[in-house]
Amino acid sequence: MERIKVGIIGSGNIGSDLMVKLTKSDVLELTTMMGINRTSKGMQHAEYLGLQVFDNGVDGLLEQPDLVDILFDATSAKAHLHNAEVAKKLGKQMLDLTPAALGPFIVPTVNLGEHVNAENVNLITCGGQATIPIISAISQIAPVEYGEIVATISSKSAGPGTRANIDEFTETTAKGIETVGGARKGKAIIILNPAEPPIMMRDTIHALVEGETIDEEGITKSIKEMVSKVQSYVPGYKLRTEPIFDGNKVTVFLEVEGAGHYLPKYAGNLDIMTSAAVKVAEEFAKNRKHQVANHS
Amino acid sequence: MSNEIILTEVALRDGSHAISHQYTVEQVRSIVQSLNDAMIPYIEVSHGDGLGGSSLQYGLSKVDEMKLIEAAVSVSNFSKIAVLLIPGIGTIEDLKEAKKLGAKMARVATHVTEADISKQHIETAKELGMEAVGFLMMSHMAPVETLVEQAKLMENYGADIVYVVDSAGALLPHEVKERIRALRQTLEVDIGFHGHNNLSVAMGNTLAAIEEGATRIDGSVRCLGAGAGNTQTEVLVAVLDKMGISTGVDLYKLMDMAEEIVAPILPKPQEINRDSLTLGYAGVYSSFLLHANRAAKRFSVDSRDILIELGRQKIVGGQEDMIIDVAAGLANK
Repeated sequence: MERIKVGIIGSGNIGSDLMVKLTKSDVLELTTMMGINRTSKGMQHAEYLGLQVFDNGVDGLLEQPDLVDILFDATSAKAHLHNAEVAKKLGKQMLDLTPAALGPFIVPTVNLGEHVNAENVNLITCGGQATIPIISAISQIAPVEYGEIVATISSKSAGPGTRANIDEFTETTAKGIETVGGARKGKAIIILNPAEPPIMMRDTIHALVEGETIDEEGITKSIKEMVSKVQSYVPGYKLRTEPIFDGNKVTVFLEVEGAGHYLPKYAGNLDIMTSAAVKVAEEFAKNRKHQVANHS
Repeated sequence: MSNEIILTEVALRDGSHAISHQYTVEQVRSIVQSLNDAMIPYIEVSHGDGLGGSSLQYGLSKVDEMKLIEAAVSVSNFSKIAVLLIPGIGTIEDLKEAKKLGAKMARVATHVTEADISKQHIETAKELGMEAVGFLMMSHMAPVETLVEQAKLMENYGADIVYVVDSAGALLPHEVKERIRALRQTLEVDIGFHGHNNLSVAMGNTLAAIEEGATRIDGSVRCLGAGAGNTQTEVLVAVLDKMGISTGVDLYKLMDMAEEIVAPILPKPQEINRDSLTLGYAGVYSSFLLHANRAAKRFSVDSRDILIELGRQKIVGGQEDMIIDVAAGLANK
């Protein structure tokens, strides 16, 4: 069966990791890399792989729009505004990995079905991709009045974009905890740890649930089911301990080890973003084929 | 060495850790009023982990810190109110709110190697017309060259003052000297020092910092700060006076408020016990103290073992969740 064609905007770390992951996909065919510097490592690798390479970013696609059906934006929130405009003009579906948050938030294990036909979806943040599934798993059993997450990442895996605007992380993640995770109120904290060798991404989720008695067994089961769903696209995603219950508070400790494709294994925070994006694109692609099949 | 030192009282921020963030409006009002009467130049008011710190991770504030800031501003006509902001925990929105309520100084804190996440916040503080301080926490964890480089970044972002912050109370006087001297040789802006007394050298460290040219010093009355507390403000005022260094603070009034207003708030007098000593010895963030105590009880392990292990793993400030993780790990051994 023919694969759905995809392209990447941005040839930095995230774009390069996406490139490795997409070349492994059975459903997606990576055809195009859109960067700005032909001599960058990512662009050179794209050329080596035989991809169509544009060094004028997404504008290259205006000449040959048929190269791509779905776009991944791995640039910056600022650049995304233009990229999203071009995608819209060309009628291409856009998966946004920047913090621009123009389109609805998406977490593959939680709300993918709601947005299969959306023209632009946003992948929230790395901390959001790691923790919102757990908040959602808890809120499926008991209403979550407050969900708080703490993401600790190695300093080495925090790029200049994240560092220059760290409030974007906390604010966007908090919003995702509420709108996608289902918590009435969300809060997010991010900590950078410079230890050498670099630490794996750690995430802690604290949730306060409503109700007189807390269904510990039900919540634990729901969390474990969710963890295995996330593991289907991020194998290094795991619980560090059993969930801890204290009154109406649930605490969950996670570790996210990256696949080590383009980025080092400790950069689980970056890996979970690219893995989630590929997962979303694959589901979108399957849905398109399904729609086409139903029409013919 | 300068013959004039400008003090910042931190009991209403750092001390928040020691009382598990339970300050009330009345307490803040009476403490600020009496500090104001004693002519303390700056008073820091925030959750222990800075603006936005109220959380399950660090402890929920009994009273919204913005209400405490508002109360503090309302009773201080001399002292300026400062707030702490740790990027990654608090946000620019929080800072704007504090400024609107009358906070005059923003102290923007990062781990000693991560100064570049403070750029936006320092710039915003300046745009808002606030005095901006760069606060390099856990200064003992980086070599002097790194500290200098990071301090330089904060200065470039517009910080008016850069602090060496000994969050773990782990530095010794000769190490403080080395650090302040290196900063003095490189920076144009004023240099500050914030100590903790876990190894009983907060006062010695402070004097060492002053000798090398630090002009901004933090203290907490009655040592009301995290761990074994900070350099004791009323003692510092007396010591500096004996050295002929002026702080402009009324010593008797400060002694009186420490005794009559602050001491009754403390759950127990601040002392160096085996846990706070271990903080300094292991080089662990001072606010971990009460969390480690609770985790030790819960998992039936020695709190010192938890702290030593946290130090070994190079855990940084804010990683309170690792305390449970480490305690659970020790219990399973």
